[in-house]
Amino acid sequence: MDYAKDDESIAISIRGLEVGFGGDSPILEDLDLDVRRGEVLGVVGGSGTGKSVLMRTIIGLNKAQAGEVWAFGEDFLTLSFTEQRRVERRWGVLFQEGALFTALTVAQNVQVPMREHIEGMPQELMDELASMKLSMVGLPPEAAPKYPSELSGGMKKRAGIARAIALDPEILFLDEPTAGLDPIGAAAFDELIARLHAALGLTVVMITHDLDSLNAICDRIAVLADKRVALVGTMDDMLQSDHPWIREYFHGPRSRAAGVGQR
Amino acid sequence: MGQETSRNEPAWVSEERSSGTVTLRTGGPWVINHAPHLFERLARLSISGEEPIVVDLSRIDRLDTAGAWLLYRTVRDLRAEGLDVEYAGGTEEQMGLIEQAAANDAICLIEPPHPNVLIRALEDMGAAVVRVGSQVRASLGFIGLLVETLGHAVTRPSRFRLTATVHQMEVVGLNALPIVGLISFLIGIVIAYQGAYQLRLFGAEIFTVNLVVTAVLREFGILLSAIIIAGRSGSAFTAEIGSMKMHEEIDAMDTLAISPMETLVVPRVVALFIMMPLLTFYSDIVGLLGGAAIGWLSLDITPQQFLERTHEVIWGWDLGVGIVKAPIFGVLIALIGCYEGLSVEGSAESVGQRTTKSVVESIFMIIVLDAFFAIFFTSIGI
Repeated sequence: MDYAKDDESIAISIRGLEVGFGGDSPILEDLDLDVRRGEVLGVVGGSGTGKSVLMRTIIGLNKAQAGEVWAFGEDFLTLSFTEQRRVERRWGVLFQEGALFTALTVAQNVQVPMREHIEGMPQELMDELASMKLSMVGLPPEAAPKYPSELSGGMKKRAGIARAIALDPEILFLDEPTAGLDPIGAAAFDELIARLHAALGLTVVMITHDLDSLNAICDRIAVLADKRVALVGTMDDMLQSDHPWIREYFHGPRSRAAGVGQR
Repeated sequence: MGQETSRNEPAWVSEERSSGTVTLRTGGPWVINHAPHLFERLARLSISGEEPIVVDLSRIDRLDTAGAWLLYRTVRDLRAEGLDVEYAGGTEEQMGLIEQAAANDAICLIEPPHPNVLIRALEDMGAAVVRVGSQVRASLGFIGLLVETLGHAVTRPSRFRLTATVHQMEVVGLNALPIVGLISFLIGIVIAYQGAYQLRLFGAEIFTVNLVVTAVLREFGILLSAIIIAGRSGSAFTAEIGSMKMHEEIDAMDTLAISPMETLVVPRVVALFIMMPLLTFYSDIVGLLGGAAIGWLSLDITPQQFLERTHEVIWGWDLGVGIVKAPIFGVLIALIGCYEGLSVEGSAESVGQRTTKSVVESIFMIIVLDAFFAIFFTSIGI
């Protein structure tokens, strides 16, 4: 079969993925998707179509009933626990609320992956690297010694990204990065993702509802509908599609407000 | 970040001096895995003198931000010493990463600064005093509000939530029967067994019955049920009400002019007020059964003898002394549980802390009160 798994330009290749939670019908069925190296891929879909489930399955938090997830030339789902750990270090994940460890300061949160995975890391270097990452995600130095409970939602997400990129991953997964942010904060966050993407050569997979984000930073968009990827393509492809849900989504009043049609 | 290279090939750096320039050659994968080794190696560089320095990046096959940071900080420190340093042979991508490192050179605090130990101790002490003060006030206010709400319920019985109360009675009372029964039975066994062992020395094994009857009826029945209920229901009250508070359900009730006192607290208080004596009585009986069982099985006291002996030794107030404490303890557990639940603020962490606090406080108060009761009953001679 012509799996894209050997293709150097493909970062993640999903074939025939099926995920369910014991109910009558699975949430995702026979799903195919390729994530190209170095692109920003936006994943959209109505509520309950399994966007988060898809992301959680790719990164190994949910079990798949069937299918393959090829990452870096290996079928991630069939790897042993230790091999999965090795692959997991090559991607970073930002959860919706940042998922910072509440008992640690922001800077210590960023140091956790370094402390856990790099043997013999000197404290001085970790402090410097954590400071650099926090500055990269646009957090002021005053935020570093604070605890997550003292930060606003947007700052928590920035700190979450700083932790996700602590080990310089090749792929960054973002679960609704702009949800819960005000439009100004969301725009600034889009800009941050675009900047990190360019500066660090990241591949970004982001789940989003935010048409502005899709418009501003995504190279391609994958639409989840009817348990599989209904369409993958650029914004122009989306606008030309006659799939009913895609039409409604990209031609609705909110998309006009976001200026989607006027590109 | 490019090609996959062999994991074992380490990143390296070396110095070379020739015709008036120093070349710092770097190579291999300059990535975070090799950062500790590079950090140490760079610290041992012995560059001195006035010659200009060239940092040759041409043999670096992979570079990430950690590697870029190491390169940048080395160059920065050399430049700070007044040396002339240039990069050479880096790709556009690599230079971009080094620029990123330079642009984000902002060392910050990792932890909040720790104040002086003495000052912190004084600060903690002061904060504790203020906290206790405000807690006393708040809990008095809470009790006042409860009494007022109960008054309303009495004058206007239609406001009383019968369904909720009965539901709570089932949850806190009926559902607790197995665990209370099991524990009481076991304690009955333990008292009888330990007591008999000592009393046998005097040939007074039959007095085991006296011991079991007095201990179980006066103290163990009520204490055990109260402690189990504090752990089982007091914690549940705090967690339930606390998570409602966290999800703004309590606020929603307030805006709908529904009193959380009336809907949440009163049913729980009333339920425990009624169920606690019943549970205590049940615990008493099962505890005696435990004692009787061990008497029969290993002390040659037949159940009939045990029963007759119990009749002889039981004294009017033995049962009463235990049961009379029950409603008081019940109300106490419900009050503390609900009060702590309503004191939850914001985070899920707070729910956990308050739940722990509620159980610890309830058990502490139960035992303190029980000690007072013991002194009181002794001094009035019952």
